Amino acid sequence: MAWFNFRNNSFKHGIHPPERKRSTNGLAIRQFPFSPVIILPMVQHIGAPSEIMVREGQEVMRGQLLAKAGGYVSVPLHAPVSGTVRKIASVPSISGKMVPGIYLEAFPSASQEVLDGTPIDLTSASSDEILQGIQDAGIVGLGGAAFPTHVKLKVPEGKHCDVLMINGIECEPYLTTDHRVMLEQGEDILMGIKYLLKSTGAAEAIIGIEANKQDAADHLEQLIPEGSNVRVQVVPVKYPQGSEKMLITAILGREVPSGGLPIDVNVVAVNVATTAEIGRLLPHGRGIQERVVTITGPGIEKKGNYRIPIGTPLRFVLEQVGADERISEVYMGGPMMGVAVSNLDISIVKGTSGILVFTKDEVSRPEKVYPCIKCGACVDACPLSLNPSKLGILAKFKAYDLMADEYNLMDCFECGSCSYVCPSHIPLVQQFRSSKAIVRKRIAGKQTMEHAD
Amino acid sequence: MTIVIALSALGGLTLILAGMLVIANKKLYVYEDPRIDVVEDMLPHANCGACGYPGCRPFAEALVGEKALPGKCTVSTDSGRQKIAEFLGVALGAEEKRVARLACAGGTNVAINRAHYQGLKSCQAASLVSGGGKGCFWGCLGHGDCEVVCDFDAIVMNEFSLPVVDVDKCTACGDCVEACPKDLFSLQPISHHLWVACKNLEHGDEVLEDCQVGCTACGKCALDAGGDLITMVNNLPVVNYRENHSTKDPIQRCPTGAIVWLDEKLGIIKGKESKKIIRKGERGVGHS
Repeated sequence: MAWFNFRNNSFKHGIHPPERKRSTNGLAIRQFPFSPVIILPMVQHIGAPSEIMVREGQEVMRGQLLAKAGGYVSVPLHAPVSGTVRKIASVPSISGKMVPGIYLEAFPSASQEVLDGTPIDLTSASSDEILQGIQDAGIVGLGGAAFPTHVKLKVPEGKHCDVLMINGIECEPYLTTDHRVMLEQGEDILMGIKYLLKSTGAAEAIIGIEANKQDAADHLEQLIPEGSNVRVQVVPVKYPQGSEKMLITAILGREVPSGGLPIDVNVVAVNVATTAEIGRLLPHGRGIQERVVTITGPGIEKKGNYRIPIGTPLRFVLEQVGADERISEVYMGGPMMGVAVSNLDISIVKGTSGILVFTKDEVSRPEKVYPCIKCGACVDACPLSLNPSKLGILAKFKAYDLMADEYNLMDCFECGSCSYVCPSHIPLVQQFRSSKAIVRKRIAGKQTMEHAD
Repeated sequence: MTIVIALSALGGLTLILAGMLVIANKKLYVYEDPRIDVVEDMLPHANCGACGYPGCRPFAEALVGEKALPGKCTVSTDSGRQKIAEFLGVALGAEEKRVARLACAGGTNVAINRAHYQGLKSCQAASLVSGGGKGCFWGCLGHGDCEVVCDFDAIVMNEFSLPVVDVDKCTACGDCVEACPKDLFSLQPISHHLWVACKNLEHGDEVLEDCQVGCTACGKCALDAGGDLITMVNNLPVVNYRENHSTKDPIQRCPTGAIVWLDEKLGIIKGKESKKIIRKGERGVGHS
């Protein structure tokens, strides 16, 4: 499908929101202090919840296993700090749901020392052993989706992977975590790529980086030894290039089929921060205890990129970085696809890539939503070439089944480009999000009906 | 001469095609019971699905095929159902009237919000943004998806942003059950007077922080009910309606009024010891 490429290494459509990365992209990653209480939900990933393996009152060491994987599509959870398990109870999560979890009280003098496990040796380990090692380390997609990485890496039988795509695009405005990780953890990334190449059997690895992170691309290129099968590819800046399907189209000119996965076009795509964690943790057999988070936005005093222990409560994070008193909105993730937080007692989870804080003055919401004037701006913006205008009208009339069957609603990955460009301020993505939830509910209902029959 | 050829060609064609239609009409004729049309006309044409069939026409087919009884249609009047039964010469098949019941009492005057939700005014959309901002994750969001979806105007949002079901208008079609993203509605026989109006799975003060009328899982109702009438499951009382449930005893000592008696004439009756709620204004946004 080479004609999708247009020879300029990009994909069709997309938008160019203001980048706003300047205030944090020059700041080195800093270690965040331990919060006195760490709140660990058991649902930090897509799939089955982790199963708690500790008791109330038990003392745990940093890096110790707290919960094991609850199935194949699930990952274990390790203690991010040495301390005592205070309570096992339901904890609030970003979805608003109360989920099972652990309250961990840190020792006042807890050190950064980490418990090591069984190392996964790169030269002797088999493909399956590496995948097992990745699952045991509790690694999920750190770009935000939090899908268990070992499931993604498993090449199904009858298919093969020829390109390993390392995603260092970070197209969301404000976020600079991947940028800093590429600048500071280059060796870890290359180590991770070696593990990933071995486990997937891919012939080459391409690190995709947007042109606004040229310094990171130069740095990685320097580190790559000559004659290596790893290369860096710089692509023009465009949103939502960080979506793996868009990135594959941009760099390889291959189009992932509707409802398919990258492996259908012989590609496995992994986020760059995830790759760095694999390269950092697997040689020591450790589990993931912390992640890099960009904390920025007009309402923050000490903006920056921080390595924050998983489970640190949001309230503690905001206290430490000095949040403005007039804060009105807090987002987890980027401004385009992130989720507005309704409760400051939720904690940093594995999928949290950024915390954005806005005060009342910055967030202006349109007073009025005007009718669709069928200008087609959203059609020009949709990276998947869907018809958001039509979908929006159908959503208004609750024609959810028609949206799913005829207009490929379920392909929408909610990038927000259509809402961004809409001159009538129609909350298109929000409509699609709820429509998708209803369609999923109906499909699930139908399946239970069939089971009952 | 030309006109004769034209006329005869077209005329001939007409005859051939008409002949084909006549043959097709005879050969492909499907017999349909003429009573189906008559019965369909007697039904209310609401196509609500309360009978369990996709619409009035399939229900009419089921009636004529004697797979269902007219009593299943909850929208028709008594005389309407009677007429269908007489027409078809079948039993009426009286069904107990069912109504939609809401398992939440957390209006804006008793339940707090953690955050203000701005955006599409719909519970479904709000529930996908961090659960919607209500202090209690399980509680009613109050944007009125159920009110919008109800075809019979049986649901009205009250001054505390809580849906109130008009028992007389409700046909138990189940649209609100499907529309509620928090799954708070269920269809209950009207004789079920004992009702737990809470779905919060937490217990004790954590519930009261979020909502003054939530169930704190104290278990007094289960104790007072005696026998197996009420059991505590996941911090909530579950009424076993197979037991004799026509007693007001369980509600009397409920400290918050989470378990209530739904009276046909007097409306919601709370227990004697339940805290009185006199606040009319909003309880507002609490502990962020």
